[in-house]
Amino acid sequence: MAQAAVLQSPSGSSKTIRLEQNREALEKDKRAEARVMFHLTVPALVIVGLLMVAPIAWLLSMSFVAPDGQLSLENYRLFFAEPVYRDMFLNTFKIAFIVTVLCLLLGYPVAYLLAITPAPWSGLLMLAVLMPFWTSTLVRTFSWLIILQRNGLVNSALVGAGLVERPIPLVHNMTGTIIGMVHIMVPFLILPLYASMKAIDGNLMRAAANLGSSPAHAFARVYLPLSMPGLVAGTIMVFVMCLGFYITPALLGGGKVKMIAQRIEESLSLYATWGPAAALAVLLLLMTALCLGLSLMLVRRLTPEV
Amino acid sequence: MATASTTTALPVLVQSLSKHFGEVRAVEDITFDIRPGEFLTLLGPSGSGKTTLLMMIAGFSRPTAGSIQIAGQEIVHLPPHKRNIGMVFQNYALFPHMTVGENVAYPLRLRGVGKAEIKDRVQRVLDLVQLGSYADRNISQLSGGQRQRIALARAIVFEPKILLMDEPLSALDKQLRETMQIEIRSLHDRLGMTTISVTHDQREALTMSDRIAVFSKGRLAQVATPSDLYEHPESQFVAEFIGESSFLPLEEKNGQWCYNGRPLKLADDGIGAADTMLLMLRPERLRWTEDNAAASGDGNQFTGQVRTVVFQGESLLFEVMLDGGHTVFVRMANRSENVRALPQAGQSVALRLERADARLVRAEG
Repeated sequence: MAQAAVLQSPSGSSKTIRLEQNREALEKDKRAEARVMFHLTVPALVIVGLLMVAPIAWLLSMSFVAPDGQLSLENYRLFFAEPVYRDMFLNTFKIAFIVTVLCLLLGYPVAYLLAITPAPWSGLLMLAVLMPFWTSTLVRTFSWLIILQRNGLVNSALVGAGLVERPIPLVHNMTGTIIGMVHIMVPFLILPLYASMKAIDGNLMRAAANLGSSPAHAFARVYLPLSMPGLVAGTIMVFVMCLGFYITPALLGGGKVKMIAQRIEESLSLYATWGPAAALAVLLLLMTALCLGLSLMLVRRLTPEV
Repeated sequence: MATASTTTALPVLVQSLSKHFGEVRAVEDITFDIRPGEFLTLLGPSGSGKTTLLMMIAGFSRPTAGSIQIAGQEIVHLPPHKRNIGMVFQNYALFPHMTVGENVAYPLRLRGVGKAEIKDRVQRVLDLVQLGSYADRNISQLSGGQRQRIALARAIVFEPKILLMDEPLSALDKQLRETMQIEIRSLHDRLGMTTISVTHDQREALTMSDRIAVFSKGRLAQVATPSDLYEHPESQFVAEFIGESSFLPLEEKNGQWCYNGRPLKLADDGIGAADTMLLMLRPERLRWTEDNAAASGDGNQFTGQVRTVVFQGESLLFEVMLDGGHTVFVRMANRSENVRALPQAGQSVALRLERADARLVRAEG
């Protein structure tokens, strides 16, 4: 193009000079734009630095300070020395695992229903999923306390129907904790799963049927694998949130169900220094990061390229 | 067109088939048959019911009434996975989480075919669609045309009794579409599978089909071979949908059909006296004539004035206003011997239509 312009022009040399100048100007524009773009990201960088990086660095540094003010690994030694801590970590993972599995079993059919329901009804269904999601966790946890207690709704119904003789303990124990946690966590599973299912082309299930798959086989071979990215993303989200959950286990567990977050809180009110609590928090953070990393690898493996 | 039948092709019979969605009659009382090994195209504008009909044959949509039989066996009660009908979907519906080879092997695995045989048959069908080296590719790595071929391979690999195609070429660009039309047709001739294809593209229907079923508003307008449909359309709708045409209203005078006071020489006189009839004029069948050669011999003459001339590459299209007040189109091949004496816009001309080309069609209510 440029060459053609030069050839046609009677004063070829002046054209060449103008094109040269243009190139320099364009180069300058490019650099200026890159500078502006960088300046636009500064506020975000500052916020992330002040609110995320700095506190975590501070937490990390505190975890290496012993009660006597010396720099040491004392806080971490405590964790490995006392079996009660290890048991609590195991307990936390156990509860998170149970809650996640229950969320999966409850959430998958709901997400599927949401994905296949036509327009006006799917909106209402979605609202039904989101309403509790918008309500305060504290309010919902106290509601469960009322529903599940000795003379609560569930127990009076069960006794009234003659299904049990005496009210069964549903709250202030593991059962209550899990019921409350599942209720709070299940939308976090449904939403990514729903997004993933919505993206599945309806003709794929038809194609599977056309090629000879029974509905169950088509689900297992086509639908389930294609919903896997959302399923894994939702599962990770629920599991990770469960690991650090505080309010619901504290209220519905009645002091009998111990999870790490509670122990961190207790440690703070028990000891004068922040060291032990910081060490627990760092360990929780590391394990959570490990879980996230593993599952991200899994998602990448499972995501079909479309 | 005769088909070299390699598999035992089966006939399909569609009888009084209807599908109503509430008040909407998507398909209304349709009856036709498809001969073993025949390539039938369901042609019509969108919303004419052709896709709904295909969905009922595939088993994805339950008819309101009627019967579908394959080789005399009723299939309307069978779920789709028990019909053993191959289908190429409009967007191909290839499984994105499987490779090309796994997609094509899918129906064979379901039928319990042995591993070695699956490998062999997948390779053979991939060779057939000229993608023999693509078995290990991901679907995302394929172009539109390649996806189309794989969808076709997957639909025929298990040797179904019937092959259905839902707008199989609509997602491809024009050039590729034309190549694929011929390829699909020759593939059909080699395999001899009874094939039902749906399209809104008349060129595609004309190129690929043994017979074409034209649909209008949920009803069957006409079923015929491509050339029959073009030469002898029964209604204005079919004449307009297949090819281009202009129509002239007629009056009856002294027992003769006339236009603008002049009696016409028609290919086929007495038909359909009860209906309002129109004279169909195909643009390529009209010729320029000397003004006073008149209606000599077996021809009809019309006079008028050229309005516009449109250059369309291989041909030129003239819009002519007849003295009777109707507009007709005339198409001339872009050949040097034609171009020399072509009329200009504004010029008065005389047009000649041979008796054999002067056909009547039923006007649409």
